[in-house]
Amino acid sequence: MNLQPATLQSIDEVITHYPVKRSATLPLLHLIQEDVGYLPPETCEWVAAKLELQPINVLEVITFYPMFRQKPIGRRHVKVCRTLSCALMGGYKTCAQFEKEFNTHRGEVSPDGEVTIDFVECLASCGTAPVVLIDDDLHEKVDCAKAKQLSDQIKAEAKKR
Amino acid sequence: MAAPAQRRIIFQHIDEPGYSNDLACYVRNGGYEVLKKSVTRPPAELIDEVKKSGLRGRGGAGFPCGVKWGLVDRKSGKPIYLIVNADESEPGTFKDRYIMHQDPHQLIEGTMISCFANNVKQAYIYIRGEMPHGARILEKAIAEARAAGFVGKNICGTTYSCDIFVHRGAGAYICGEETGLIESLEGKRANPRIKPPYFPAVLGLYQCPTIVNNVETLCHVKYIVEHGGDAYTKIGTPNNTGTRIFCVSGHVQRPGYYEFEAGKITMGQLLNEVCGGPLPGRTFKAVIPGGSSAKILRFGERFKGKRKVGAELVDYDWGVEDVPMDFDSLGMIGTMGGSGGVIVMDDTVNMVEALANINAFYSHESCGQCTPCREGSLWMKKITTRMVHGQARHEDAALLKSVADQIPGRTICAFGEACSWPTQSFIAKFGDEFKQYPESKKAAKPAGAHELV
Repeated sequence: MNLQPATLQSIDEVITHYPVKRSATLPLLHLIQEDVGYLPPETCEWVAAKLELQPINVLEVITFYPMFRQKPIGRRHVKVCRTLSCALMGGYKTCAQFEKEFNTHRGEVSPDGEVTIDFVECLASCGTAPVVLIDDDLHEKVDCAKAKQLSDQIKAEAKKR
Repeated sequence: MAAPAQRRIIFQHIDEPGYSNDLACYVRNGGYEVLKKSVTRPPAELIDEVKKSGLRGRGGAGFPCGVKWGLVDRKSGKPIYLIVNADESEPGTFKDRYIMHQDPHQLIEGTMISCFANNVKQAYIYIRGEMPHGARILEKAIAEARAAGFVGKNICGTTYSCDIFVHRGAGAYICGEETGLIESLEGKRANPRIKPPYFPAVLGLYQCPTIVNNVETLCHVKYIVEHGGDAYTKIGTPNNTGTRIFCVSGHVQRPGYYEFEAGKITMGQLLNEVCGGPLPGRTFKAVIPGGSSAKILRFGERFKGKRKVGAELVDYDWGVEDVPMDFDSLGMIGTMGGSGGVIVMDDTVNMVEALANINAFYSHESCGQCTPCREGSLWMKKITTRMVHGQARHEDAALLKSVADQIPGRTICAFGEACSWPTQSFIAKFGDEFKQYPESKKAAKPAGAHELV
């Protein structure tokens, strides 16, 4: 595992939060995913060694929780809420707008490698539906016009790089 | 009758101009004074105040908080843990988000008071993974509180020490179920545990006695300890004390969060006056009153029976609009107050499509441990999705009902009930719409209708 020093430091710190090392499984996976962008195949062995577990103990956690991913995604992750309150306010249209803007389909990396668009379940902001989580930032009342505006912003930021 | 005014005791500072989520602002507004006083009182006295208050848990089940604390095994010699359930994920619910983002110290103070009352030395806040900013805000707030002596070693200069750590989930709804949450905090799949024997109060985190309370519940504890259990019972109605935060979403003019005394406002007042009524040109069709697993109500249906008012039994004859918004009244008419998530649907919504949306959620979120739930939620999703996107049959309603009826009571946790109640209630209330769906789906959709699945 090729992790940044800051990540390794956070990993050692977070393990001290728990009387039982295994409890640090989720925090470690979050930290690795934030550093690498996804959980590469060697994650299971590495985390298992770190927490004195069997690799299967880590794999079963990775495959259970929807936020953990074993494959790289686009540079930006666009998560559109699919659940009832957002759908009632047009969440499906919002998602379709993002797909159109980046010429891609849900669950795939866009051809330019810029985004991955996913449907996710309830993001707990139903009063400002439809909502979209782009990386760590929540965007509220994202109708098609706002989806276009957010897409343009992502594209503009990509150009600057 | 005009709707009562909001009574904001938990959301007092939410959206207040100039109010920030740092320690200085909280202390300026009288923050941590209750904790300072609490640590000088006998812990049993604090538990008594919570018992007297009649506080019912705000996570969904409405279980009395004092009773929950009373069940904790205090003789085992093992440490007692407290876990803040901040895995807010019941569709339609979005109250804890605002507490954690805008007023995190209120939660931390409530947590520390509860920890002191129950002799807890280590607490965890289990926050859902999709709230990374919330987790960072809480971590910063805890660090500030620790530096000021409100969290950590020798709290407020006493010999009492207790720390809090933030633990992030990773997108699984089942982590809101307290034993699933405990498994997840132990670093495992969030498969709920069977009760008995694994009651958290006895065999919880690391097989130690554990209290799991919702974010809002712990904020109420702070208010109760400050004002006294008796004073708290004066808010709300008997057996439904305190305030409730209603999270209204869907087809109303002004969706959002509103805090009222429990049972003092009716559904009609909430939706028509507070939330401004239906969207222009529409009418209300249905409402889910307590998060997506609560049974749906159909506008136009009537509920009759007898209810207790003081010592007397009186007749009631309510339409959906007349129902007081409290645990007991909503329970009486066959649904529940749950987590306070009110989802409103107007006449543009097709109920088969709405159910298909809900079924897709539960199918995605079943942990897969119990066969009736794993398979049942999947088949309910497959059937409703086929009805919408493939061929719909007249007999589908009966088929759906038969699948739904075979789940509840046959699973380890309440997810079995949660996933079957929508199907059961949609078919009970809107059976005609399901039977007519093979024909009606060919007709043009009403203007403004959205794709739901």
